[in-house]
Parts: sequence; C-alpha cells; structure tokens
Amino acid sequence: MENLDQLVQSANKAVSDASTIAELDQVRVDYLGKKGQITALLKGLGKLDPAERPAAGAKINEAKEAVMANLSTKKDSMEQKALEAQLMSEAVDVTLPGRATDLGGLHPVTKTMRRIESFFAKAGYSVEVGPEIEDDYHNFEALNIPGHHPARAMHDTFYFNANTLLRTHTSPVQVRTMEKGEPPFRMICPGRVYRCDSDQTHTPMFHQVEGLLVEEKVSFADLKSTIEEFLKVFFEKDLEVRFRPSYFPFTEPSAEVDIEWGRNADGSIKWLEVMGCGMVHPKVFEASGIDAEKYSGFAFGLGVERLAMLRYGVNDLRMFFENDLRFLQQFN
Amino acid sequence: MKFSEQWLREWVNPAIETEALLHQVTMAGLEVDGIERVAGEFSGVVVAEILSAEQHPDADKLRVCQVSDGKETFNVVCGAPNARAGIKIPFAQVGALLPGNFKIKKAKLRGVESFGMLCAEAELGLAESSDGLMELPLDAPLGESVYEWLKLDDNTIEVDLTPNRSDCLSIAGLAREVGVLNKEAVSAPVVNALSATIDDTFPVSLTASEACPKYLGRVIRGVNPNAETPLWMAEKLRRCGLRSIEPAVDVTNYILLELGQPMHAFDLNTLNGSIDVRFAKAGEKLTLLDGQEAELRDDTLVIADEKGPLAMAGIMGGQDTGVTSKTQDVFLECAFFSPLAIAGKARSYGLHTDSSHRYERGVDHELQRTAMERATELLLQIMGGEAGPVVDTSDTANLPEKRTVRLRAEKLESLLGISIPSDEVVDILTRLGLELLSSDDVSWEFAIPSYRFDISIEPDLVEEVGRIYGYNNLPKTTTQGGLNLVADDEATTPYHVLEDKLVSLGYQEAITYSFVEQTQQDALATNETAIPLANPISTDMGVMRTSLWTGLLNAASYNQKRQQSRIKFFETGLKFIDVDGEIVQTRMLSGVVVGNVAEENWCNEKRVVDFYDVKADLEALLFSIDKSVAFEKGQNSALHPGQSAQIVKQGEIIGYFGKLHPKLQKTFDLNGSVFLFELRLDETVKGQVSNFTEVSKYPGVRRDLAILIKSDVSYQDIESVVRENAGEDLVDLNVFDVYVGDNLGDGLKSIAMGMSWQRLDRTLNDEEITQSFDKVVTALSARFDAQIRS
Repeated sequence: MENLDQLVQSANKAVSDASTIAELDQVRVDYLGKKGQITALLKGLGKLDPAERPAAGAKINEAKEAVMANLSTKKDSMEQKALEAQLMSEAVDVTLPGRATDLGGLHPVTKTMRRIESFFAKAGYSVEVGPEIEDDYHNFEALNIPGHHPARAMHDTFYFNANTLLRTHTSPVQVRTMEKGEPPFRMICPGRVYRCDSDQTHTPMFHQVEGLLVEEKVSFADLKSTIEEFLKVFFEKDLEVRFRPSYFPFTEPSAEVDIEWGRNADGSIKWLEVMGCGMVHPKVFEASGIDAEKYSGFAFGLGVERLAMLRYGVNDLRMFFENDLRFLQQFN
Repeated sequence: MKFSEQWLREWVNPAIETEALLHQVTMAGLEVDGIERVAGEFSGVVVAEILSAEQHPDADKLRVCQVSDGKETFNVVCGAPNARAGIKIPFAQVGALLPGNFKIKKAKLRGVESFGMLCAEAELGLAESSDGLMELPLDAPLGESVYEWLKLDDNTIEVDLTPNRSDCLSIAGLAREVGVLNKEAVSAPVVNALSATIDDTFPVSLTASEACPKYLGRVIRGVNPNAETPLWMAEKLRRCGLRSIEPAVDVTNYILLELGQPMHAFDLNTLNGSIDVRFAKAGEKLTLLDGQEAELRDDTLVIADEKGPLAMAGIMGGQDTGVTSKTQDVFLECAFFSPLAIAGKARSYGLHTDSSHRYERGVDHELQRTAMERATELLLQIMGGEAGPVVDTSDTANLPEKRTVRLRAEKLESLLGISIPSDEVVDILTRLGLELLSSDDVSWEFAIPSYRFDISIEPDLVEEVGRIYGYNNLPKTTTQGGLNLVADDEATTPYHVLEDKLVSLGYQEAITYSFVEQTQQDALATNETAIPLANPISTDMGVMRTSLWTGLLNAASYNQKRQQSRIKFFETGLKFIDVDGEIVQTRMLSGVVVGNVAEENWCNEKRVVDFYDVKADLEALLFSIDKSVAFEKGQNSALHPGQSAQIVKQGEIIGYFGKLHPKLQKTFDLNGSVFLFELRLDETVKGQVSNFTEVSKYPGVRRDLAILIKSDVSYQDIESVVRENAGEDLVDLNVFDVYVGDNLGDGLKSIAMGMSWQRLDRTLNDEEITQSFDKVVTALSARFDAQIRS
C-alpha cells in the first residue's frame, strides 16, 4: 500500500499540471475512472486479508476523496476563469451612442394648447372646433359687432367676399356651440385665427383658445376664480392676477387680465396683459336663442403664442411659423 | 388719447401722486399706455429781453446781444436768425442746467465774451427741432423762471380708450371719471352765452337730418387775421399731441380736447348761397384739408353749399373753404352726427381723424350749445370780431332718445357674485352722471346721460358698478353647476393620440400658414378649386390651401437650406376647397419625409428613406385604429406615378401616399427622394371598440410557399387569391421574401410566403394542411400562371 501515497502525489501533480478542462477530465479518468489507478486499488481490496480490508479501504477512499476535492477545486477555478474570459471578451463600450432613432416632437403651440386643454378638461369643459372660413354673422353680427362697429377696425379681417371671411377670433365657436345645444355649456375652442397684419409682433395667422361657461347663476366672481386658477396652474406659480375693466362687444362686464411678471426697482409689480374675459352679453345669448334671464355665463379668450412665448421664453413670434427644426426641436 | 395731467388737474385735482392716478384710471378701464414729461428737465433759465443785437465783429452768423433779466444786463453771443432787439426769450444764465445735463458756463466766442445762452424750444425739450429762438409773449415777466412760468412740471399721458368710452375722449370726460374715482367735485370752466352783436347768419338746411339731426352755426365777422394763438393754448394743444396752426383752427381743436366736441371753422367768404347737410352724389369730388382729392360715394355724408361738397361731415374739412391766415369772417360749425352715419366711413377713404374717431364712437348730442359758446368766447378773446346769433337747425325727432335703464339688485348680485349696499350702488351711478329716477326694494331706475353711448341695458349698469367698486374687490367663487362630463367615444381615436404616435415614429410637428402661393399650389395640381383671398397680405399667401403639402414642402425646403438633411414633418389642419361654389373645410393629417432612414451613426445602416419606410410608419399609425385599411395603387398628380398609393378604408379613399413627382422637386427646391402622405383626419380616427376572440390551445401549422410570378402582379392580388383559397383556418399570412433578378427570366419575380393554419377546437392534420396548400397553389397558377419554386 505504500504506493498509494505516491499515487495520490502523482495524481495531485497531474491535477496541478492540467491546463485545460479536457486535461483535467483526463486526470479524473486516469485516476478515478472505471479503469483508473486509484479505482484499481479499490478493486484490489478483495485480494487482501479480510481483517485488513476495512482499514485499507478507508485509506484508499480517503485518498480518492482528497484527489476528487483537489480536482473539483481546480475545475471550479478553471471554469471561473473561462467565464471571466468570456465576459471580458463580450464587454461593450457602454458610452458609445445607441443606434440612432428619431426623436419627434410636438410644436410648442400645440404643447401649449394641450396644457390649456388639459386644465379645462379636468374642470369638465369639452373641446369644440369650428370652421376657419366663417360667415360675417358668426364672426361679428352674432357677437354684437354690427357692420359699423368701431371694434371691427381692431380686427384686420381677411375677406373672401362681403359675407365670407377668415375668422378673426375663436369666439364664433361660442355662438355655434350655443346654437346647436341647450345650456349648461362648458367648452373651450382652441384653433387658428387670422388677422391681416404682419410685422415683428404680428403674424397673419395665430392661435387662440376660447372658453365659455353658461349655467344658471354664473357670476363674475366665478369667472375670476376660474381664470386665476388657470393662470397659476399654467405658469406653475402662485402669481398675482388682476382684472382690469375693458371692453369687448360680446361680453358685459368685460375685463382684461394682467399677471405679475417680475418686479420694478421699487418692488412694485410689473403687470403683463395675458387675456380677455367677461360675462356673456345678453345680445349674444339672444342671437343664440338662450334665455338671458334664466342663464348667465362667462367667456374668455387667450392668445396661445403669447402664453407659449412667456412660458418658454421665446422672443420672436414669427419663429413659430418658420418651422425651423433647430427651433422646433428645442421643445422635444 | 393724449392729455396733459396739469390740464386735467385744473378740472379735478385729487390729492394723489401721478403714479397713483395712472394706476387708478387704468384699473377703472382707461388703460394708460404711456407717460412723458412735457419738457426736458432744466433750471436756471429765466425770461429775458433782448435789448440790442449787434453783428459779431468776426463771425457772419453770430450776433452779440445785450440781454436783460430785469435786474442786470448780460452780454450774450447768439447764432439764432431771429435774435433781435425787443423780443423776450428764455435765457439760460451762467450756471444753468439744460436737458442732457448740459451746464452753461461763461464762454468766449470768436473773441467775444458770452454770459449764458439764449434758448430755442428744442434746447429746452419742448420740441423735436427748432429753427430759431423761442419767442415768449411780450407780457412774460422778466427774471421769472421759464420752467415755473410755463408750468412745465407736467406730463403728457396717453390713455388707450376702448371704443365704448367715447365719453372720455376729452379733458371734461376724463375729469368726470377721475372725480368719480376720488369722490371729488369737478370744476368746469364757466361758459357764458354771448349775446350777438351783429345779426348776420348763414342759412343751413338738413336734407339728411337722420344722419345729422343737429347743426349749430354762427357767423363771426371782422376777426383779426394777424392774431396769434396765445402760448397757454398752444402749450395745452402741444401737451395733448396737437400742433398749433391758426388761431381759429386752434380754438376748434381746443374745444375738441376740452369738451370732446369736434368743430369746424369755415372762411365765410368762400361759402356759396347756403349750407346743406346731405349725402354725396356718387362721383362728386372734394379736395380735403390734407390736399388729397376724394371721389365721394353716395353713402358719405357731406356739408355742401350750392356749388358742391365743402367737407366730409364729421371727418375732414375741405381745402378751399377752411380758415386761412387771411380769413376775416368765420362761420363756425358745431354739429351732432349720428355715429351710424360716420362709422367706418373715414376708414373706407383711408382716413382717420380726431373728429371721425369721436363721431363714430359717439359725441354727446347735448354738448353743441356749450361748445359753440365756449369756442366763440375763446375766438373773440384771441381774434376779436363780432359774433352773430347761434342758429340751431335741429330735427329733434332724429336725436338719440333719452334712455332709462332699470337695475335689479338681484341681477347685480348674481352677475357680480356679491351684494353691494344700495346706497353705494346709487352713489357710484349718480356720481357717474346717471340720474336716479325711482327706486324700490328690489331695483333702481336710472336716466342715462347723453354722453354715455355705452349704457343701454342692465348689464351695462352692472359693469359700471363693478368697475368703480373695483373688479379686484369682487370675491372669487366656484361655479355651482355640476361637472358636465363629456362622453368619450372609444371607437374614435382622439387626434392627440395619432399625433403622439407620429411623434414616437420620429415626426416633428409643423404649423404652416393656411394660405399659400397659388402657382406653387397649382403645380401640385390636386385638381381641386382653391379659394382666393380678396385682400391677401401678399401674393405668396394669396389662396387658401387645398392640401397641407404645399406648406410642408416649403418647410422641408427651408430646413434643407439650413443644413438639415433628414426631415420628418407632420401637420394637422384644415384644407379649404370650393366645390361648386360651396366652401368645404376638411381636417387633414399630412406628412413629408426626406433624407436618410437614420441619423449618421457608427452602427446605423446608411440608407435613404424609401417607400416602404414611410409605409411602415403609416401602417403603425393606421392599423392601430383599423387593421382593414388598405394601400392600393393610386393616382395623384403630385406623386410619382410608379410610387403612389391611395389609402382605402371601408371602401372609401381616405388619403394618398407616395413619392413626390420628380418634376415638382424644382418647384419646391428640394433635394433627394421626398415622400408625402395626406389623410382625412376625421375618417382616419374612426375605428371599432376592440372585441375579444378566443385564443387557440392547439398548435398551428406553418407551410412556406415560393412562387415565380409575373412582375406586374401586385402582392395585394396574390394575397387575395391566397386568402380566398387557403380555407377558413388560415390565421396568418406573411410575405418573407421578394426577389427580382435576371436569373428568374424576363418580367418575373419570386415571392415567398409563410402561411399558418390553426383551429380553436383541435389540431389540424397533415392531410388537411396539404389540401389547403395545394388549393392555393392551383389557384395561383390558374389565375396568374404562377409556378411553384422548389
């Protein structure tokens, strides 16, 4: 049995000499396989004296297990190394850019209209649309702006003929909405409007959002809270809002709304006009067949580009319609 | 309207600073647009007299003046052409500070010592430019500070009045408003009715008495043609933005500013026979004060004499009959024209005057007598002369009716959202000049003053009360009505979902003008009739778009010129078409794509966008709404005939898609293959609510089929034959290879398809599959002469 130690020694040497998993496997076969040398010793136990067998067997098994443990340790480490090598070889440069895909985006005017719509939709307003080529009646007459009215001078109107024009505001949608339904109404109308005017601060086409709420017992105080909440939500700021008496033929009383936009050197508020509003004029109700004694309502209108310019800091109105990708992509 | 703060404060002088006053009137609805000092800031300038003016010994253009401030005499060198002995002038003494921080020092001009400077208006910030010394009235007190004496501590304030507030287009009106806001009394100048000293009158008749229900005339004879407008009046005019012209004209302008009543002064000796206020005969000509000749229309009211029109009523006088520096006899006109008769007329002749501005908004019809008396008084004071009686030609039936309006407490409260005490309501409205006729527990009845054209119904009174009470003192409340929630139609995809999908597909939204250039649009020749604008802003915005493509192609071209080579734009909006005289406005969704498939990148394929890239985008967009949408070979004159498809949904064409026709590349100055699509949005978004179908537990079977077929047979035709013959258990069909090559033979292509069958109730057996497969093969060869490829 003295060659058992030698055998274990040579097996362990073979294990440590093995440089591949295949060689290691061969070592296992050579010593521990069916015809392996250590296995052969176990098989030879039968030739021993029965009294010596248990001790000899235990010794051989001990040697076998030691070799096996050695083998498996070596194998684990080789597998670990192989895995590490594989991982190493599969590594990528995570800092290289990904495969290019397009990043599209919405126009800032659309983004702004969506934010406005979203506020009012939550408050139960429906979104209505109307024709952009309008008739004189809906754009003016029904809104209490008869042909001779000085307010017409403020609307530089694009005409097709005496009776057909491009709407100068989204207000005709108020009339169209009221004509086809019965109160209560809560609606907004975002859309394109047109004025025959083009310079640094005017484009011949721009966007407005019109709002209308008609119910029983609606007051100016209701209008104030609606507008003030909207402006605070839109600008995400607890800004000061003030209502200034003004004039629109289709509302009475009428107001213009100013918001706090910075401070003067003396700490006083710098006011900036952002929208117009008022209580629906009885003549507008009358034109739409609504009982002005039973119902009251408020209406408001705002310029989308103006709000977009304030919100995003755009300094040139005309950029909205140049469709320069370098401009548009700033809002994606 | 521009006005002088000082002038206003002569009428009403609340104890508040300018800033507070401006804020107050702005918050009352008279929006202040701007404020300017009426002069530059200066000091050390006194009234002085030139005692003598001698030629400078060494300079042709200079004079050496002896100037007295009443106490001392100074030697001053002056270059002004009007420097002469006997005139009074502003004298900036040594140590004076002129506008622009210009300090006056002792100086030597060409060897002559000069102690100070004689000033022109411009040097004191009283005018933009001057051509000589400012000549002060001879009664100006020597040594007095010019700044103090001219009361230059004043502001020109500009208010942007809304069209309803014609009553504030005067110092009187503004004062009334400021008086109300401050609860202060207003003191108007006392106007004395002047008794006539001569009997002269000029006959007036009102043919158009509906348009001109009141016309006051007065003859004033023997005025001094050499009279000059006094400085105080010229200064007031200047501080309100008007230039001093002739004393008679200045007086009428002064009345316009002070009382809001436009007047006109005729040279009596240029008038023929009698005056008639009538409508013009079409084609009559009138040379206006500004020198322009107007050809009149018959809707235009004129003041005429027996020879023809003298003035465009309420708008502008005529050149030939106005007062001049030679006029000795004046005919003063002071009329009330109905706003309806004047409204829009000035604009229709390209005019806008202080007079038309007031008349079309409304002038107080009870003001004429006062205005005439005030004007006479001032005119006689300045020019002398003898006044005849005021002749009042009126048609009282056509004067505006007296208005009374009832205000109910309940209405006031429900519209403003607050209950305002009765005495406060009455106080506000009576201070505004309304007269309380009667009241009971629930309402008040008010008479409306003739100057308030904007008050005729109850909400007008609500506004007045709210405005003076202060909008910002009103409460904020939430509407009482319940939420009026709108039903959402699930089968219809909201526009914004489609837009968001396009954004995910890499499209950038564009917004292009709804009007385009006609020739460009014609080049696209959608054979639809465009609607031209009657008054376009320019020819490149002359017609309404019949397709969104024109705008999008221009947007693409604009960006290509700015080094943007990859462009994917979409836009939504209306197109406008004339269909047999009827205007049809249809909401469209359109797009344009040009450039490479992807941005240049280390790992991307460098490939130019082709038909199938864009089609994939459209499929992603459309199939999410309705999988039955089909792309059929279509014809659209804007598109490449070999690469154009019509998009069909439920048997109806909802749009077009394809490659821009190469001949149009130049029209739009575009490079590369450009792809376009346009869909009718309202049809596009219609789909169905999803409906559950069972998922099979049994495996499906796939068979592949490759055929050789004539190149011109479309996949759509092949697909329909396959579907017709593959039996009802066919669950999937996809084309996985299309090959065209010389080795196949002329005019042939190879198509390979995978077909899958599956049943809900059992596994299909081989025999059944083979049967279906063979049926497809037979049908394809019978129909298209297709050969199966092994």
